[in-house]
Amino acid sequence: MLPMKIGNGMAALWREVPVCEMAEFRAWLREISETERRRIAAFFAVPDDEQFRLVAVAEDAGGCGFALCSVRVCRVYPALSGEIAALQKFERLIAERDGLVPEGHPYLQPVRRLREDEDGRGFLAERGAAVHDVAVGPVHAGVIEPGHFRFECVGEKVHSLEIALGYQHRGIEAMLAGGPDEKTLHLMETADGSSSIAVATAYARLIEALSGIAVPAETVTLRAIALELERIANHVGDLGALAGDVAFLPTASFCGRIRGEYLNMTAELCGNRFGRNFILPGGTRFGLDAARAGKILDWLRRVKRDLDGALKLFFDSPTVLDRLENTGRVSRETALHLGAVGPAARASGVARDARCDFGWSEYAPYAACECVTEETGDVLARARVRLRELEFSHRFLDAALAEAVRRPIEAVRCDSGIFPAADSIAVSAVEGWRGEHIHVALTDSRGYFEVYRMVDPSLRNWEMLGMALRGEEISNFPICNKSFNLSYCGHDL
Amino acid sequence: MLKALKGRFEQGFRTGKFPDAPPMLSDRFPGRPVLEAARCTGCGACMRTEVCPSGAVAGKDGRPEIDTGKCIFCGACAEICPEKAIGFSQEYRMAAMTRRALVVRPGEPYIPERPTNREFLRFCGRSLKIRQVSAGGCGACELDFNVLGTLAWDMGRFGIQIVASPRHADCILVTGPVSRNMLVALKKTYDAAPRPVWVIASGACAISGGLYAGSPECLGGVEEILKPDLYVPGCPPHPATLLEGMLRLMNRR
Repeated sequence: MLPMKIGNGMAALWREVPVCEMAEFRAWLREISETERRRIAAFFAVPDDEQFRLVAVAEDAGGCGFALCSVRVCRVYPALSGEIAALQKFERLIAERDGLVPEGHPYLQPVRRLREDEDGRGFLAERGAAVHDVAVGPVHAGVIEPGHFRFECVGEKVHSLEIALGYQHRGIEAMLAGGPDEKTLHLMETADGSSSIAVATAYARLIEALSGIAVPAETVTLRAIALELERIANHVGDLGALAGDVAFLPTASFCGRIRGEYLNMTAELCGNRFGRNFILPGGTRFGLDAARAGKILDWLRRVKRDLDGALKLFFDSPTVLDRLENTGRVSRETALHLGAVGPAARASGVARDARCDFGWSEYAPYAACECVTEETGDVLARARVRLRELEFSHRFLDAALAEAVRRPIEAVRCDSGIFPAADSIAVSAVEGWRGEHIHVALTDSRGYFEVYRMVDPSLRNWEMLGMALRGEEISNFPICNKSFNLSYCGHDL
Repeated sequence: MLKALKGRFEQGFRTGKFPDAPPMLSDRFPGRPVLEAARCTGCGACMRTEVCPSGAVAGKDGRPEIDTGKCIFCGACAEICPEKAIGFSQEYRMAAMTRRALVVRPGEPYIPERPTNREFLRFCGRSLKIRQVSAGGCGACELDFNVLGTLAWDMGRFGIQIVASPRHADCILVTGPVSRNMLVALKKTYDAAPRPVWVIASGACAISGGLYAGSPECLGGVEEILKPDLYVPGCPPHPATLLEGMLRLMNRR
């Protein structure tokens, strides 16, 4: 069996996706899930006459991008999650959305629906004299999205943490079917409001692939400028929040303000602090003239000095390091096993970064892509990955903006309309600040979306938080949670 | 300790001048829409269903009105207008105390509403404790509300504070279109707050459902279950829009 190969941001005919036998399919997926340079990016069901096709999209770093393969199954089929842990949530989604029954699934709980009742039945339960439950959420103490956490504690220690989400479910994937239309881009931007630029870019690339639109290199650079501003703002916010959670108030307050500066730079670029309405399929709404590029560049350099001071203070404090070191460890093996991505995976020593893995041409002229990894997998490692990524992002922005001062970037738009090819499939990946966003679309005979699947990095990473808490004290939950800072709405869609 | 003091000295005083001076806005910031009645030919191009993603543009005889309670400020209507009769101003003071005041009509001069709720002013005129509930919010409204707590805006100066329990709250600030899965939790939060309690709907989703109005998984905004006392338009609202709205509600400006 040969899976079909397809590049990042490329399209192919749906009928060319191979169908193989279950045994082959299973062996192929198992092999992928055990290799660092490869990973399962998406897994979903497509109705096929009376049956279903299970489609797997695997990433092959350094290879040509993605490999696609599928298998025909009936409504009831033997679950794959038992041996391939990275598939567990995908199979639960398929069961919930398409009504398939993955028989023998080790943990067939709802993903985006609420559990039957809120009194705790339906959650894992342990017995014993020292065992107690702590239930937190859905509404949390701060200004944050809702989710339910259930700690099974033995004495003071957390034995397991069960994470029940779905409160943010808005039905986005269902609303996308039949598109693209006037809403589609904006649904993307609000799928996860903190990653608007990353998600919109993934969508734009996918549409461009399906419609055969070529975007000039400068436009691609401009999108990368916005994407890196988004990454910096969020990394700075996360480091500040970590400082707040260990009561190191100077850095917490400084970073809170500095994050806002980066958001304002994004607003300078496009009018919106989150980069809304900037990325368009086929281009960008605004260009970047020399004066504006120069203004942002000066601003960036000025703020970078403040940022360096704030972070040096944080990472030089023994009390801070003592609090972060060895807290919430996730081993490399566990991260690989769960199919983790993004800074969280990199902090556990798993070198996965879509910017490097798919040879993004937009970065190459300005800064050599480096996949930043740490070995220890604790809160400190996740903080340090962010710290080091900030360096890369600033280096890139510095060079790209300086180039834009010399050679301004024009706004490019696709005015002739967007006509996705019929009966096709396309895949795109963009490394957002939380990790890679994978988009897969399948079009019908008229070129409208029949299936649109967005795989948020959080969908693949929430289980890591559960693992990080094992054996920890419950009081370490806030810093562990913040060190991942995963998205609820991106998960729930 | 000395390093922390040195760092503090180097960072300097960073709280913005707002509200004494207007906030710093990008020249590309899309604020309150402006309709120029004289230019509008009544062609109705902006009201075609495939133009506005959230159905904010509607009206009679091809002459549009824009409901900022639905608007996500994408600018699609302004771009489609052949006569350039629709524009977005730099007016950030968009919060309103009545739903009706959110609608922009051609030729009507805009004056931000003044507070009329005496009971609110008596209880909260100098101190407003807010419990925030995200009910299907995408995270952006939440983040830009959080920003008001940072030293850049420092809303604590005005007695506005985020509290961790509804028991301590004067006011529930809701973001998101109210996803069905959050309905129970939102109602429970509201019920747990001591009376009297007020409601702020922040962002297009919370006001009207925004992009998600019509999704079977969501309600069409908080109004379906609670009556807001302050509506803050935007997707997400700019921090200045939200803060200005709250200060106006408190009669602090």
